[in-house]
Amino acid sequence: MKIAVCIKRVPDSETRVKIAADGKSLDEAGVKFVLNPYDEFAVEEALRRKEKAGAGEVAVFCLGPAAAQETIRTALAMGADRGVLLSADKIPADPLESAKILAAELKGTSWDLILFGRMAIDDYNTQVGTLVAELLDLPCVSAVSHLDIEGTKGVAEREIEGGIEVVDFQLPAVLTTDKGLNEPRYPALKGIMAAKKKPLDIKPVQPGAGALAIAALTPPPERKEGRIVGEGAGAVGELVRLLREEAKVL
Amino acid sequence: MTTLAVLEQRDGALRKISFEVVTGAQRLGQPVEAVVCGAGAVQGVDRVAKFGADKIVTLTNPAFARYAPEAFAQALAERAKQAGYRAIVFAASATGKDLAPRVAAKLGVAVAGDLTDLKAEGDVVVVTRPVYAGKALLKVKVVSQPAVLSLRPNVFTPVERPKAATTETVAVNVAPGRVTVREIKAAPAGTLDVAEAQVIISGGRGLKEPANFKVLEELAQAFGGRAAVGASRAVVDAGWRAHADQVGQTGKTVSPSLYIAVGISGAIQHLAGMRTSKVIVAINKDKDAPIFKVADYGVVGDLFEIVPKLTEEIRKLHG
Repeated sequence: MKIAVCIKRVPDSETRVKIAADGKSLDEAGVKFVLNPYDEFAVEEALRRKEKAGAGEVAVFCLGPAAAQETIRTALAMGADRGVLLSADKIPADPLESAKILAAELKGTSWDLILFGRMAIDDYNTQVGTLVAELLDLPCVSAVSHLDIEGTKGVAEREIEGGIEVVDFQLPAVLTTDKGLNEPRYPALKGIMAAKKKPLDIKPVQPGAGALAIAALTPPPERKEGRIVGEGAGAVGELVRLLREEAKVL
Repeated sequence: MTTLAVLEQRDGALRKISFEVVTGAQRLGQPVEAVVCGAGAVQGVDRVAKFGADKIVTLTNPAFARYAPEAFAQALAERAKQAGYRAIVFAASATGKDLAPRVAAKLGVAVAGDLTDLKAEGDVVVVTRPVYAGKALLKVKVVSQPAVLSLRPNVFTPVERPKAATTETVAVNVAPGRVTVREIKAAPAGTLDVAEAQVIISGGRGLKEPANFKVLEELAQAFGGRAAVGASRAVVDAGWRAHADQVGQTGKTVSPSLYIAVGISGAIQHLAGMRTSKVIVAINKDKDAPIFKVADYGVVGDLFEIVPKLTEEIRKLHG
């Protein structure tokens, strides 16, 4: 199995968002960056597929700044074989521009699978994997939470409102991974040491401007301060009255 | 210029989220053409006229009985190339999140997705989308034509603006594609998805053990089919509840009319996922829990006493 995994460096989910002076971006001072949690499922799945096949390669690709080398090292410490940093100061605001860069890099190698996390927890774009599949004209299943592969035939499950869609597809394919697919491993000390010696190529790239321009990044509207209605079951009557008469939601 | 609103059907019947799409599409002006892909006539599709659609188009193909990602995308992209819409609006539903980028890529653009607001400013479409799980709002100018957009569920409340819509059915010739839906395993009857529910009752570690979610399920049932049970990351990671139910930055971001957080302390990544709820109620034994900072109404105390009492009261209202 020859598997490519595309990953992203994102602010940790516990980050308190502070807007930078330009009014358009995140103030990165003091922010801890991590491997995007949904991408961990992609890396884990790639490693399991390779282990099951008994041979192959897991290569990780990351579009991002120089600091994203650390993110790639995390994937290498989990067990990926090599990494490629597609180095750009800024990740484009237009996901199609990111997809074009990744597709250009992935093109020309016959991957059995190309995996992405189903979304990044910073920009929430939820589409780069699907866009790459379209650009490479490969079958794609998004938000996969269960996966079976026999030869070149795959069966994936994806969650939809009120149910699970069971999807047949052909390999090679692009899949985007959802929580529930697997339990990602923690890099062991041995893995962390080994990762330092694994190949990591750095290739400068020039993303295009795209058709989406950021006008502003603002804090969400403050919620008006609420109140404690009371203590214990005795407060329920008053709570229901407020929900009916004041909030008008009952 | 016309805006295309992409409707959704399941098992040949129109999904309610379609009304939100038609309502949201009108923010960009008139006219609005509504389109649905189906194996044949889609039950209830004419109802979008009541919500302001000027034209209703059904694209039919034998492969359209279930969602067929490649075939749907090809049919919609081909129509868009011919018609030259100003914008194409999807729901940011499970299907819309998969389909919109496919159509967009075929038209050489990206999706501005999961929008909570949109408007036209001259030739540009200006949209607002929550990022960092709602910890910030990103305002984006979409300069592509068409603008391909998807709307966050439960944000664009359907508004009735009856129109005498024209209807058209077009049999389209597309291949079934390399990705096909074999079956849909339905959740137990009556289960509502948290992303679409008007009322969400979420539980956290305060529930103490998985079996105790029964008290939340009873409360949800008292709302008579409008409520879903959600969960915090802690209890999903512990395997008490399915990931489908998780609300927060690594789960779902939700905007129900009423969100009741039970035994949830309110970690920042959870608050991010539910802070756009219209009304928030918190029930927690710790009066200093961060959840009370975002709640409109809080009740401090033992959830196992408070929730059953609340269930009883809600039943009275709906009885």
